[in-house]
This record gives sequence, C-alpha cells and structure tokens, in this order.
Amino acid sequence: MSEWVIEAEDLIKIYLMGEVEVHALRGVSLRIAPGEVISIMGPSGSGKSTLMNIIGCLDRPTDGTYHLNGQETSDLSDDQLAEIRNRMVGFVFQTFNLLGRQTALANVELPMRYAGVTNGRRKRAIEALKAVGLGDRIRHRPNELSGGEQQRVAIARALVNNPAIILADEPTGNLDSKSGEEVMNILLGLNEKYETTLVFVTHDPEIAAITQRVIMLKDGRVEG
Amino acid sequence: MELWQNILEALDSILSNKVRSGLTVLGIVIGVGAVIAMLAIGTGAQETITGSISDIGTNLLFVMRGSVSEELRNPKPLTLGDAQAIDDPFAAPSVVGVAPMIQGTIKVGYAGESSFTQGLGVTVDYPAVRNVDLLEGEFISDVHMLGRSAVAILGPDVAEVLFGRVEGVVGETIRIEGQPFRVIGVKMPKGGAGFQNPDDQVLIPMTTAQTRLLRRSRDAVDVILVQALSAESVASANEEIAAILRVRHQTPIGEDDFTIFTQEDFLETARGITNVLTIFLGGIAGISLLVGGIGIMNIMLVSVTERTREIGLRKAVGARKRDIMLQFLTESALLSLVGGLIGIMLGWGLSELVGAIAAASDANLYPTISLDAVLLATLFSTAVGLFFGLYPAKRAADLEPVEALRYE
Repeated sequence: MSEWVIEAEDLIKIYLMGEVEVHALRGVSLRIAPGEVISIMGPSGSGKSTLMNIIGCLDRPTDGTYHLNGQETSDLSDDQLAEIRNRMVGFVFQTFNLLGRQTALANVELPMRYAGVTNGRRKRAIEALKAVGLGDRIRHRPNELSGGEQQRVAIARALVNNPAIILADEPTGNLDSKSGEEVMNILLGLNEKYETTLVFVTHDPEIAAITQRVIMLKDGRVEG
Repeated sequence: MELWQNILEALDSILSNKVRSGLTVLGIVIGVGAVIAMLAIGTGAQETITGSISDIGTNLLFVMRGSVSEELRNPKPLTLGDAQAIDDPFAAPSVVGVAPMIQGTIKVGYAGESSFTQGLGVTVDYPAVRNVDLLEGEFISDVHMLGRSAVAILGPDVAEVLFGRVEGVVGETIRIEGQPFRVIGVKMPKGGAGFQNPDDQVLIPMTTAQTRLLRRSRDAVDVILVQALSAESVASANEEIAAILRVRHQTPIGEDDFTIFTQEDFLETARGITNVLTIFLGGIAGISLLVGGIGIMNIMLVSVTERTREIGLRKAVGARKRDIMLQFLTESALLSLVGGLIGIMLGWGLSELVGAIAAASDANLYPTISLDAVLLATLFSTAVGLFFGLYPAKRAADLEPVEALRYE
C-alpha cells in the first residue's frame, strides 16, 4: 500500500480533434494522501476535466504514469478499468446522472450489482441512503425528488462500494445555495467519518475555500 | 449482474415506451402470427387429407390400367378374370380381398329431384375391402350379381338430395339414367372430403353396371382394389399382383401395362405436397421475421443513441462491456419474445377463425396448433431478437465512457 492514494507522474494527454492535436495535459504531476480534501480549479480548457477523467480511470493518459491506491493503471484493459472504477472511485456529477426510471434504492444498488454483490445488497443501499439523510425516500424515483435530494442519491451511490476516493465534478453547480451547502456538508461528513479522499473539480471559489488544498490548472499544467 | 435483474430492467424499458415497442415488434407479431396460423391450417389440411386416404380402407393396393412412366401402345384392360386370378390364395398368399370396380358419372332421380353423382359398379367383396358400413338395408349379394338386378346402395348425401332424409328409404325406387332401380341400402356417412366423396356415391352390382349403365367392353374393369393381409405384406402383395398380371397380359419385362399404387404411395404424395407447402410458408415466415428483426435492430440502435449518457454512467460506476452487452441483448431478445408471444396469440386467433369459416362452409378442415410450432416460434423470435440485437448491443458496449458521459 502506497502512502499516496493518488500518485500521478508527468501526465500527458493529447487528443486528436480532426486533424489538430490538442494538448489537454502537458505534464501534470500530483500526489494526494488518503483522507485529503482537495479541489482542482482552473478556467475552461485548462485540462481539469481531462485530469479528472484520468484520476477517475475513465480515460488513460497518453504518456506518464498514474497509480490509484498503489495500482498502476496505464496498461489496464477497459474491463479492468471498469473494475477499478467500481471498487475504488465514486463519482458525483453536476447533472446527477441518475437512472430516471429506477428508484433511489435501485440507483444506489447499481454499483453493487456490477460488483457482483448479492448478499446484503439492499441493506447496504438503504444504509447509504440513510447516511445521506434519505432513509424515507428510498422508493422515490428521481423525478419525485428535489435537485438536492437527487444529488444526495448520487452521493449514496458513490459511497456504497466504500471507494478510496470520491470525485465530485461541480457537485453544487445545478443546486440552489442551500441544497448546495447540504451536499457539501454530507461530502465533508463522509470524509470525517470514513476518511474518504475527496477531489472536487470546480469553478466555485467557495468550495475551494473549504478544501484543504487547491490545485490550479492552466493550459494543461499545474500552476504554482 | 443477475439475469433476473436484467430482465426486469429490460421489461421496464420496453413498457416505458409502449407505443414504440408495440410498433417495433409488429413485424415479429405478424411474422410469427402468420407462421402459427399457416402451420395450424397446414397441419389441419394434412390430417384431413391423410385421414380421408386412411378412411378408404386398410392396407389397400390399387391396380389400374396403363403405365404412368412409359408410353405403351394398346395397354390391355384389366378384367374380372384378372381380379379372380389375383384372388387365388396360392398365387397371391398376401392378398385377403379383391374388389374390382368400374366407375362413372350417372344421373339419379326420384320424384322430380335429380342430380349427378358417382356411380360405382362393385362386387360383393367391396364392403369388406373398403370398410363400408350400412346405415340401413343390406349389401349387394351374389344373387344380385348373377341376376344383374336393378338395385342400388345410396351414399347418405345422395339419399339426402333425393329424399331429404337418410333413413327409411330402403324399398323406394329411384331412376338411374332413366331406368328404375330399387334402393336396398344406405351407406354410413364417413364425412365427405376429397376428390372422391364416399358419401356422394351410388353403388350398384358390377354386372348390372356393365350391361346397363357404365358400358365396358367384355369383362373390363377400371380399378381393382386389393387388400393385403397386413401392413407388412403390402410390398409382397404388390410383387405377387405384378407377377400374376405380367403372365396374364403377356407383357415384356419392364413394360408393365398396369400400375399398382399402395395407400402408402398416396399418403406419401399427400405428405410431399404438404411438406413443400410447409417449406414455402417457412420461407415467407423467414422473410417476415427478417424484416421484423431489422425493425428491432433499428429501434435498438436508436435506443442506444438515446441512452448514451445512461451507458456512460453505468460504465462510470463499473459496468464492463459484457454487462452493457447483456443489458441490451436482454432487451432486444425480450422485445422480440414478447412480439413472438403476441404473434402466437394472433396466429391462434387466425386459425380459430379459419376453422370457424371452414366449419360454417362444411369444409372438413380443423386447424391444429401443435406444441412444436409454438415452441419453435418462441425460440425463433427470441433468436431473431438476439441476432439483430447483437450489433446495437456491441455498439453500446464499445462506447467510450468519457465520450458517453459528455453526450448531450
């Protein structure tokens, strides 16, 4: 076990947009310790989404190495990456990304289904929903829930497999300030209780102010 | 991922868009419905045909004049003498009954009513060979034969036409080709079907027919019906009859001037025809299932595009390629299966309808839906869904999670 939950060395990501090469990351190195709460900031086009995708194992770097929880990821197959995401990463998106026709409970059960968990699956999902304060909403579908409640379902879904990190991409971007604050408190509470590493990707200086460390990206490089 | 969960989700997805799902499976519904109905009607028709062939009698052979395979000059007619020779238990030990007959269309009349029907000149052995039972009266006897008596046995349909009833007509006198004949019996109804409806016949003594109605040169007969001892001895009876007739007709080897059909030959011909029909219908069914399958593929491709973000999310939380693949395959297979099941019901309804129409018009057709057909349709429609769902499912499984999540 490495002392770093996230250890990225000289990450380079080059996209091909038609004929043009886009250098999204031009050598990013960063280390994040277990239990840390950090935010990644930067203007549009700075490469922060790309960095988040690589940290979350949704994408592979063109060059450089990336260790998540001590596991080298750059030469893994798509399905192996899927397993890493399943076990080690929880995602919270700006647009919630819940399955619209499924109940809150089914949405939270989803990662456990892909993990092959059958025993106590329902119980764990209910516990996760209780942990985000939605114990009385488990049978509701997303369209019967407020934005803040939907995001809390998404958080329950992110934490249900006990991931090493939770990646939150503008988690409060679509919420009013009160729900946004609730969501932030829940996430920070998880960090306190389970020592889950939190990585926020955000424009919002208020979020950045709460986190212990801010990584500023500009033009595909870490600033400062 | 458990299959059951997949099935529930697929059902949910199918039901969430009922109109679209319904239109999508319409091709499968119509295809399967057509197959089921056609197979049911085909089976019914086959049963009717084979049934009417079996009704003729058991272990029968039909000896006719001439040859189907070769052109012969002056084939000798079959005669009563030939029939008697075949009836020789030493020359033909496999034969238990011989019934020569002549046939032709005759006009029958009674009290102003008249109609055309088939007249058969038969011998006393006819009822044993042909399984003829009488509703009332008695059969033609040796006395009638020797006396060339003007007596007749009526088929029930003929009795119905002439008298408006099938019983209590024995002793009445009818006119056949203008000559008076006494009715001595009425045949038991067999259920009329086919080209030679046994209920629409008049039987008269062969000697009477030869001299007065269906004139034939000397002792010529049209057909000799031969009953073999058992199903196993049909083949040897065939050989024995052929040997006897070759000697009597003095035909060169390989140039028989007669033809022997067995009941089995007729059955095989009938089965051959219905099999061709079945293959033909199967082809049509295959095409409609193909079209239905393409419809499913089309909608599944649309569905994959629509649900790109959902696929991205599923991948983000840990779905592997095979999970996504299985999800969409389950959906297309289930969609197609549902179509197949509706199609089976449609086909059932159609064949019931055809049966009802057939019954209303007195046709002897009972559509039968076999379990095989239902299982085949179920299996086949599921397979079509799987096959045509493969490409969309692969497309979904191969989506890049980053791209899929970003998709608007």
